[in-house]
Amino acid sequence: MSFDLEVDNLVRDFASFRAVDDVSFQVEKGSFFSILGPSGCGKTTLLRMIAGFLEPDDGDIRIRGESVLGVPPNLRPVNLIFQHLSLFPMMDVNENIAFGLKRRKLQSAQIKHKVASILERVGLPEYGEKKISQLSGGQKQRVAIARALVLEPSILLLDEPLGALDLKLREQMKIELKKLQQDVGTTFVYITHDQSEALVMSDQVAVMNRGAFEQVDTPKGLYAHPKSGFVADFIGENNAYAARVESADPFRVRFDQELVFEGRAMHDLTVGDQCQLFIRPESVVINPAPDEQLNRFQVQVKNVLFDGANTKLLATIADTGLEIMTALPQDKRFDHVSAGDKLEVGVFQDSCICFR
Amino acid sequence: MINKGQLTLYIFLAPVLLWLLLLIVIPHIDLFIISLQIEDDMGDMVWSLDNYRAFFDEQIYWLTFVRTAIYAILTTILTFLITFPVAFYITKVMSFKYSGFFTILLLVPFWVSEMVRIYGWMILLRESGVFNHFLLQIGLIEVPIEMLYNDISMVMGLVYTSMLFMVVPLMSSLEGLDDSLIEAAYDLGASKLVIFSKIVIPYILPGITSGAIVVFMLTLGNYLTPNLMGGKNSLWFTEQIYNQFIASFNWNQGAAFGFLLLVLSTLIIWLGLKLTRQNLSKALA
Repeated sequence: MSFDLEVDNLVRDFASFRAVDDVSFQVEKGSFFSILGPSGCGKTTLLRMIAGFLEPDDGDIRIRGESVLGVPPNLRPVNLIFQHLSLFPMMDVNENIAFGLKRRKLQSAQIKHKVASILERVGLPEYGEKKISQLSGGQKQRVAIARALVLEPSILLLDEPLGALDLKLREQMKIELKKLQQDVGTTFVYITHDQSEALVMSDQVAVMNRGAFEQVDTPKGLYAHPKSGFVADFIGENNAYAARVESADPFRVRFDQELVFEGRAMHDLTVGDQCQLFIRPESVVINPAPDEQLNRFQVQVKNVLFDGANTKLLATIADTGLEIMTALPQDKRFDHVSAGDKLEVGVFQDSCICFR
Repeated sequence: MINKGQLTLYIFLAPVLLWLLLLIVIPHIDLFIISLQIEDDMGDMVWSLDNYRAFFDEQIYWLTFVRTAIYAILTTILTFLITFPVAFYITKVMSFKYSGFFTILLLVPFWVSEMVRIYGWMILLRESGVFNHFLLQIGLIEVPIEMLYNDISMVMGLVYTSMLFMVVPLMSSLEGLDDSLIEAAYDLGASKLVIFSKIVIPYILPGITSGAIVVFMLTLGNYLTPNLMGGKNSLWFTEQIYNQFIASFNWNQGAAFGFLLLVLSTLIIWLGLKLTRQNLSKALA
């Protein structure tokens, strides 16, 4: 297996604050790799070190097997798509895209050909003469990507480029970006705080928190098998409760005095330990069949949060003040559910996961 | 009927319009009329273009103008070359904490009148001045050197008085330049020189233009600095105008020179804008 990007034990401090703390990972050639984390987790710092705008305090960065430490950004075989795209406003689309090629002293006929073919590729063949201010948000996006891709970088770095777009366009660009990446086969390293962007587009996602990677996995793996409470909480929606281990085999936890659930321990937990219990909204079954083996409890509906296919039910667990969010399938079966109703619900033991 | 909104507009515009009319338009019309008149042998005023003809006939007049224009252009260029690194350093390199403080430091000298500042330079540069005293003390020279009253000291004084008017528009354009544009160019393979010539300079061109126009006009119309620091050999066109009005008491000739200064300087600016493919509204926006 060949890696386009290898990062070893990377460390970066800002005064006394450690922004990136011993991060190591590899990105496979031609894959779409995302770094997902809340703002301030150090993902931008990490990206800027790969691009060359910051030097790490410790560790190594290798691109196609060669260390790039000390190589300035204009000589690194990577290109960065900036958060606000940073197209040059005083140049037209052609000049923007040709900017990097001109720096490489290519012949003007060759530059012209390359610019035309990359514009074709991003679906803007007639736009070469346009001013940047004449483009829409999505078109600017594509020009920015074309400007970087025309240089045929080993790795394309993207710093939340969809952040400034409105929701509808963002959904569309997500799919387009993924298609484009598969099309050109360039390795993409994408950073975002938006989990849906990361999950939809990526082959691999690294979840970053406080300067370190919590877990690197496929999107599906992150969702189904989170390795830490942070990942379980951050990826997708989750109900989280503070609980205490009641017994080890079968593994049971007690929370809010009254409730004892059978579940799955994801860390080493012994009787009496404090832990966090997570239950996904869609794993809650409303009105379960009487013979099924699951953690059953009563809830009182507080609100129906209608959102089409994503409709949720906000309820309080009976006799406690705890709230629980559950999915409400829109298949007519539960159309009668409304605020104030009392329901029996159940959760499969496997879906109740516990972390330290 | 004038509605309420229009009335408010006129009330607020009135002082400006009055100011323009009373202090700019009317005096200029009057000057223009005067400039087209000469005194005939009988002592009566008659219409004539002689005042304007004198400018082109008498070498000293138009040579003074050419000299003034060339030095004003030189001053503008020098002012840009000196203030650009300062503006760039304060807005882009220095941390935000200190940039405000340094901006104030730039402004402080301009709280003092131009006259006082020029006298300050004279104290430093004159034969018995601070520099000469210092050089004599350390034994580098044996007799004091006259550093004042030449073209070099005059241009230096002009650059010094003009700096603020260049640095402010440069800083405001540079502040509008997003750092990530510079980084993007760097990322795309540009060297530092290319970043300056292809990104920074084109981006701040409107700021350079407006700064250059202001500095050029102020320098061209400056009277004090060339007079005090330039000495007898450094004729400035404003001095010619002054001489006509005050020394020769030939208001007609002075008015013609005033008009020629206005027309010729406007022409030079128009030419400058054409050469750099700029337009005025963009530069002043």
